[in-house]
Amino acid sequence: MFIEVDGVEKVFEVRRRTGFLKRERRQVRAVDSISFTVARGEMVGYIGPNGAGKSTTIKMLTGILTPSGGRLRVAGIDPSRERRRLAHRIGVVFGQRTTLWWDLPLIDSYRLMHRMYRIPDGRYRENLDRCVELLELGGLLDVPVRQLSLGQRMRGDIAAALLHDPEVLYLDEPTIGLDVISKAKVREFLRELNHDRGTTVLLTTHDLQDIEQLCSRVMVIDHGRMVYDGPLAGLHEAGGSERILVVDLERELPPIEVGGAARVVRTEGPRQWLAFPAGEPAAGLVSQIAADYPLVDLSVREPDIEAVIARMYADKASA
Amino acid sequence: MRRVVVRRAEPARLGEGLRAYRLIAGMWIRSTTAYRTSFALTVVGNLLITVLDFVGILLMFSQVDTLGGWTLPEVALLYGLVATAFGLADLLLGSMDALGARIRDGSFDTLLVRPVPVLAQVGADRFALRRLGRITQGTLVLCWALLTVEVSWTAAKVLLVPVAVVSGAVIFGAVFVGGAAFQIVAQDAAEVQNAFTYGGSTLLQYPPTVFGTELVRGVTYMLPLAFVNWVPAAYVLGRPYPLGLPEWAAFAPPLVAAGFAVAAGLVWRAGLRAYRSTGS
Repeated sequence: MFIEVDGVEKVFEVRRRTGFLKRERRQVRAVDSISFTVARGEMVGYIGPNGAGKSTTIKMLTGILTPSGGRLRVAGIDPSRERRRLAHRIGVVFGQRTTLWWDLPLIDSYRLMHRMYRIPDGRYRENLDRCVELLELGGLLDVPVRQLSLGQRMRGDIAAALLHDPEVLYLDEPTIGLDVISKAKVREFLRELNHDRGTTVLLTTHDLQDIEQLCSRVMVIDHGRMVYDGPLAGLHEAGGSERILVVDLERELPPIEVGGAARVVRTEGPRQWLAFPAGEPAAGLVSQIAADYPLVDLSVREPDIEAVIARMYADKASA
Repeated sequence: MRRVVVRRAEPARLGEGLRAYRLIAGMWIRSTTAYRTSFALTVVGNLLITVLDFVGILLMFSQVDTLGGWTLPEVALLYGLVATAFGLADLLLGSMDALGARIRDGSFDTLLVRPVPVLAQVGADRFALRRLGRITQGTLVLCWALLTVEVSWTAAKVLLVPVAVVSGAVIFGAVFVGGAAFQIVAQDAAEVQNAFTYGGSTLLQYPPTVFGTELVRGVTYMLPLAFVNWVPAAYVLGRPYPLGLPEWAAFAPPLVAAGFAVAAGLVWRAGLRAYRSTGS
């Protein structure tokens, strides 16, 4: 396995002032015994609410932070012990912090990477040309970074992280704040990168479309614990998510009453919205309504993944 | 086993660090010179401020003939030594006091995923050529002092001047590094660091005889700033040493500097280790 995480935890000690010269020490488990593996060439989405432990996990995988316990390997390397050796093999993009040089033309940042990572000239040329073409950076290389738009800068940052041929790319919120077109470009590029070069990609995001469009696998973390790890489709079941049946009747009627788990969640004139478990087929419900009510039209809405995760958190919290 | 490997890699690591420093400092020079007028203005401004600094001492001597028993050229020698040494350290590592800010805004993490030593990256951070102003002014004052001061020059005295400047720069550099390591633990401690660096260099502009024994003792044994200029200057001028230090103490600066640099390196490592286990 390319990335191996086995029972890894990270405990922070938080000191809080409770009075004059009085401090209270409290231990916070940012990551609480997480285990997973990622195979070479996988593309995995890593999601969870703020403060769930996503960034802490990424920081341990990149060697920025030392785990408090457990075992961690990336490409056979223990990240915190051999941080600089690992650096040659990984690429990191922090969505909200650019690593590009603000006042200098974009190309200057790439030249620095070239020399800092000691990338052979041929490889550098080749990788740069490829990134410039696919990320549409051609006209931007001589523009100072401060004049780039957010989307252009993000594309520039992604290119900077890939010039040294990393085997794995970590992206922390790569599409945050981008417009629809920029998001599409970034996603398209990541898909090709993963497909053509077999680069392993691990991305954290708040935009669930990133996951839907890119990742076959998703890991959900909450309160430092892994609450789901599997295909995107399975997340709906795990989250107990519901599909919505939108029904148009001939006239305004009181809420439809049918047996089972289906229930009306909203009415608006002759239109009613019924929620039913995502795992169940709609056919039975539809025929029952058609038999008992003056049905005109209907449609089924797939569950919104954001709601699914929200429900998952809600369940966890109430449990 | 691992420890042996790390030790053997030490010289290579130093070379790697210096190379990274050069690369990053070069980027900062190009960044600041990108705005030419602004760069020119800060250079001039910086030179003016440092010149005014010495004018303060000149004004003092327009009222008195000696300061703590030291004449103007003698005080100028003290001033020139410390200003040049501090200027060198300030040019090379002066931006390290911004480390706390980098930790607070999270950009410190981006340095930790690079394949080059973090100390080199932090040291070269915001490298600014405008700081040449202080070195220029310090060197001018030092040259004037050396030409006017009444000393019967010997080979040892001549040699001691550049040795003291370089050792002094290393001592101040070690204070910058140690202070930066302290900021990892206490991120808003930039002013504490400045008290030792800028404060220390201002203190050393005056003869030790104007200060109380306790302060001189602290600046000699606790934080060995006395070796930057007080002790070497006392030797050159044939004056009594502060605290009755032995004769050879004047030649101790390189040793003090080396010891202090090693200590600062260890403190830095400890700070970095603390960051990586706490995330601050």
